Amino acid sequence: MATFHFDLVSPEKLAFSGEVDQVDIPGVEGDFGVLAGHAPVVAAVRPGILTVTNGGTHERIIVLGGLAEVSEKGLTVLADVATSLEELDRAKFAETISEMEAKLAEKEGSELDHAIERLDHYKNIQHQLSTTAMH
Amino acid sequence: MASLKDMRVRIASTKATQKITKAMQMVAASKLRRAQSAAEAARPYAEKMDAVISNIATAAAGSPGAPVLLAGTGKDQVHLLLVCTGERGLSGAFNSSIVRLARERALALMNQGKQVKFFCVGRKGYDQLRRLFEKQIVEHVDLRAVRQLGFVNAEEIARKVIARFEAGEFDVCTLFYSRYKSVIAQLPTAQQIIPLVVEAPGAKAGAATSYEYEPEEDEILTRLLPRNLAVQVFRALLENNASFYGAQMTAMDNATRNAGEMIRKQTLIYNRTRQAMITKELIEIISGAEAV
Repeated sequence: MATFHFDLVSPEKLAFSGEVDQVDIPGVEGDFGVLAGHAPVVAAVRPGILTVTNGGTHERIIVLGGLAEVSEKGLTVLADVATSLEELDRAKFAETISEMEAKLAEKEGSELDHAIERLDHYKNIQHQLSTTAMH
Repeated sequence: MASLKDMRVRIASTKATQKITKAMQMVAASKLRRAQSAAEAARPYAEKMDAVISNIATAAAGSPGAPVLLAGTGKDQVHLLLVCTGERGLSGAFNSSIVRLARERALALMNQGKQVKFFCVGRKGYDQLRRLFEKQIVEHVDLRAVRQLGFVNAEEIARKVIARFEAGEFDVCTLFYSRYKSVIAQLPTAQQIIPLVVEAPGAKAGAATSYEYEPEEDEILTRLLPRNLAVQVFRALLENNASFYGAQMTAMDNATRNAGEMIRKQTLIYNRTRQAMITKELIEIISGAEAV
């Protein structure tokens, strides 16, 4: 299977760099998979789980929003925060969610909409973690 | 003339000072290494961000619906100077050279009849600017409690700047920081961040690729611009941090050398005085014996 180059960068570090078979990205307008030879695209990323497939192994990385760019040189994901599944502190993540819920009451208008949308994404991640992480 | 004991005390205290400056130099050197690698780790993100923004922005800049962060308010009456300095001193001219650049810019703008406001990041710059422009400082962020500079710190600052921009408090924002070139050379730099100055992609490879956008270009741009501001601030903070330790290392190296020089001179005088005293005592004894 043809591979392509994939870079995952966050402002603080280069989180992943190497040749991979496939990457599934949680886009703002829906998830999409990137294989070698994908057409050039720039897409916004929503908070979600990014799956990197390489030689039959899957690595899952949690990204909290960002931007994906596919060019002929490969795929680059600029993630706001990138944490691999093993590194994630679930208790802290749950804490973040309850904090966000608490802050909802202070917000209004479009800010409230954004906050709710973001909270939904976070909850979705948490849901996926608790269901799919079992097997 | 100082007694021998006084001189001994003075030499000992100079030696103690030298030990401190030597230790500070070594601490700065090790922190510099860490600051440098942090600045390098942030580079790929910032470069990619630049490339994507310049790609989209050159297309969008001409259109009437371009976001204000990119196009500006159309005026340049009120300037906000975002001055990033260190939290601590003992670093040679590091803080004052940034402040000087900002001050010169501010005075030049005020001569042209523009209004100038300051946003200070870091205690040292705030202290220095307060003497001259007390009333014009609109905000002051202190990063003293921050042990490890994170992107969140930059995001916080960027959010405050954007909030003020959206409230119509200023038209142009310029970022002041010190760019790290090497241990001995730190370059105070002014960079305009609002409205964003976009380099024409042209020469860069890959700029010709026509991308598909998802969602639409302007929507991505509105998401990206505030983010880019945070990235620029983050980069400035990291560069500043590396510059600070570079400047401190050089300053402390000088101080250690000066202390060494001083110890050498003082020891010379001390030995000479001691010898003179011994000679004098000997003469007294000998002439006393001759007289008998």
